[in-house]
Amino acid sequence: MKISRSALVVAAVALVFFAVVPLISLHVPWILPGTLDVVNSTGTLEVLALCFIFAGVALGYDVIFGFTGLLSLGPVMYFAIGVYVFDIAMSHWNWALVPALALTLGVSLVFALAFGALALRVKGIAFTMVTLAFAQAFYYLVEDNPHGLTGGDTGLALVSNRLPSFLSGAVSNTRNLYWMTLGFLVVSYFVVWLVTESSSGHVLVAVRENERRLEVMGVRTFPYKLGAYTLSSLVATGGGVAYILLIGTAVPAAVASTTVSLAVLVMVVLGGAGTRWGAVTGALVYVYLQQYLLKVASEPSFTTLPAVLRVPLSQPQFLLGTLFVLFVIFVPGGIAGIVARLRGQSVAASKRFNWRKSLRVKEDDQ
Amino acid sequence: MNIFLALTFSGFALGGVYFLAASGLSLIYGLMDILNFAHGLFMTLGAYAAWDVAAHLPASWGASTLFGIALVSSVLGGAIAAGLTEFFIIRHLYARPVSQILVTIGLDLAVVGLLLGGFGSNSLAVPVPLWIMEATKVGSINLPNADFVALLAGVVVLVVLEWFLARTRYGIIIRAGVENRTMVSALGINVGKAFTLVFVIGGAMAGLAGLLYSVVFAGDLISPTQGDSLLIFAFIVVVIGGLGSIRGSAIAALIVGLTQDYTNFYLGGHPGLAEIGNLSVVLLLAVVLEWRPRGLLGRAL
Repeated sequence: MKISRSALVVAAVALVFFAVVPLISLHVPWILPGTLDVVNSTGTLEVLALCFIFAGVALGYDVIFGFTGLLSLGPVMYFAIGVYVFDIAMSHWNWALVPALALTLGVSLVFALAFGALALRVKGIAFTMVTLAFAQAFYYLVEDNPHGLTGGDTGLALVSNRLPSFLSGAVSNTRNLYWMTLGFLVVSYFVVWLVTESSSGHVLVAVRENERRLEVMGVRTFPYKLGAYTLSSLVATGGGVAYILLIGTAVPAAVASTTVSLAVLVMVVLGGAGTRWGAVTGALVYVYLQQYLLKVASEPSFTTLPAVLRVPLSQPQFLLGTLFVLFVIFVPGGIAGIVARLRGQSVAASKRFNWRKSLRVKEDDQ
Repeated sequence: MNIFLALTFSGFALGGVYFLAASGLSLIYGLMDILNFAHGLFMTLGAYAAWDVAAHLPASWGASTLFGIALVSSVLGGAIAAGLTEFFIIRHLYARPVSQILVTIGLDLAVVGLLLGGFGSNSLAVPVPLWIMEATKVGSINLPNADFVALLAGVVVLVVLEWFLARTRYGIIIRAGVENRTMVSALGINVGKAFTLVFVIGGAMAGLAGLLYSVVFAGDLISPTQGDSLLIFAFIVVVIGGLGSIRGSAIAALIVGLTQDYTNFYLGGHPGLAEIGNLSVVLLLAVVLEWRPRGLLGRAL
C-alpha cells in the first residue's frame, strides 16, 4: 500500500476542518444551506451530516460499481434495512443501542448474501434489473406496513428512552450527531480503503476490466463479487442507521425508493467512479447542492421570478439530473477526472490496469 | 368461476399494457445493448402529451373523438421523445455502453423533475368517454371495456410488430442487428438508422402504454412518476421473457399480469399482504432466474 504524502495531508486537513466546524460560529452570507447564515447553526450542521452519511454510502457503492464494475441499483434496500430494522428494534421492541445495531448489521448481512448470490447468477444488464426489482419489492414491503411495524407512508419515528442521551433529540444534540456521522464516514473510508488496496481489491478491479480473462486464469470470481456486494451493502446499512439517528423519522419515499439508489449512483459518477475520494466529493457536492437549491427555492424573493425560470430552478432533481447528463457526456471521469487532468496525469494512465500485479495477487492467494 | 374468468381477463389486459411497455425495451436492448431507463420517461411523456392535447381541444368534438386523438397523441409523444433522445444524446455515446445507461438515468431524473415543477406532484385526469368506464356482458360475466382496449392494443401491436420484423426490409435489418450488429454494418447497411427507428418504435409503444395504464388501472389519472413504477415491471417482464425477444416479452407479460392479478385478489385481502401482487411478481422473477437465468426465450447469456 502506497499513500502519497500530499494526499495524506489533504485528507488530514479536511478531516480536522470538518471536525471543528461545529465550533465555528462565523457569520457567512449566501453560501450556507441552513436558514441562518451561521456556520455552526443547526440547519447547516444537519445538511453537512447528511452529506457525510451519503458520502459513506457512496463510498460503499463505489466498491461494487466503480471498482468491480457491477451496476447495482439495490443500495437503497440495504440503506432502508439500516433505517427500518434499527428503528423497529429501538422504537417497537425497546432494545438497547448495541444489540439493535448488531441485529441491523446481521439482517443486512443475511439479505446481502442471499440476494447477492441470487442476483449474481445473471450478468450485465440483467443484474442491474434484478437488483432494481429486489429493491422495489422491499419498498413495497415497507410501504405496506406489515403488522404495523414500519408505519407505511405515515412514517416511523425513532422514539426510545434507551438511546444514549448524547445522541437523542436531533435539535439539542445536532453537534454530537454531526460528529457521529463524520465518524461513520471515516470508518467507511478506512474499511473501503483497506479492502480496495488489498489483494482481493485488485481482483475486483480485474473483474471490472476483464472478467473472462480472470476466469481463464482459474480465478473463481463469484466469491469476490459477492464479497464486494456484501461490503457495499453493509456500508449502506451503516448509513441507514446514521440517517435514522440524525433525521429521527423513516418515510418510505425518502429512504426506500429507487430515487435513493439513483442518487447514490449519480454521486459516484459525478465524483469519479473507481476513486475513493471522488465518490466522497461527489456525494458532498450532490447533497450540499440539493439542500442548498431547496433553500434557495423556498426564499420569498424566488416566487417573483417568471415561471420559465422559477419552475426549472425550483427542482433540484432537474438541475442535478441535467448536471449529471452533462457530466456523463462531457466529463466521463467526473470531478476526479478533472483534477487528474489538471495535475497533468492522463486519465487513461491512472486507470490502466496492471495485469502483472494481478497475476502476483493470484499467486499470493494460492 | 365467474370471478376467476373476470380476473383472468383483467390479468390479460394488464399483460397487454406490460407488453407495450416491455417490448420496446427488449428490442432496444437486443439491438443496441442499452438498458434504457428513459423508457419510463417516454411512458410518462406519452400520457402527458395525451392529457395536454385532450385538455386543449373543444369538448364539443365528443368524448370518443377526443379519446382517439389522445391515443394518437400518446403514441406520437412517446415516439418524438424517444427519437429526440436517440438523435441528440444516445447516438453520440455508442462507444460507451455504461455511459448510455447513465445518461438515460440522468435524463429520466431531469425531465421528471421538470414535470414535477411544471405540473406539480398531484395527479391530473385524462378525459375519457363514458363507454370506457362501462362494462360489456359476455356470457354471464361483466368485462370492463377499458380492459378490452388494453388487450386489443397489446394484440394489435404484437401482430403489427411481428409482421414488421418478419416481412419488411427495416424489420429484417433490425432482426439481423439483434443477432450480430457488427456483421450487419460490415455488409454496408446503415445500422444507425435502424437504431433511431427502434428507439422511435419503442417510444411509441411506451407512450401508448403510459396512457393505457392510466386509463385502465389508475382511474384515468396521470402523474410525473407513473412511468418509473411501470418501468420496473417492464424490466421484470423483459428479464423473464428473455432480453431481445419480442415473443418472450409477450408471454412473460401475460404471466406477470396474471400472477399479479390472481395473487392480489386471492391473497391481497389478508392483513399485511396488501402488496402481495407486486411482491409475487418479484418472487416470480427470482424463481425464473434460479431456474433459467437467460429468461424464457432469451439467447444464452
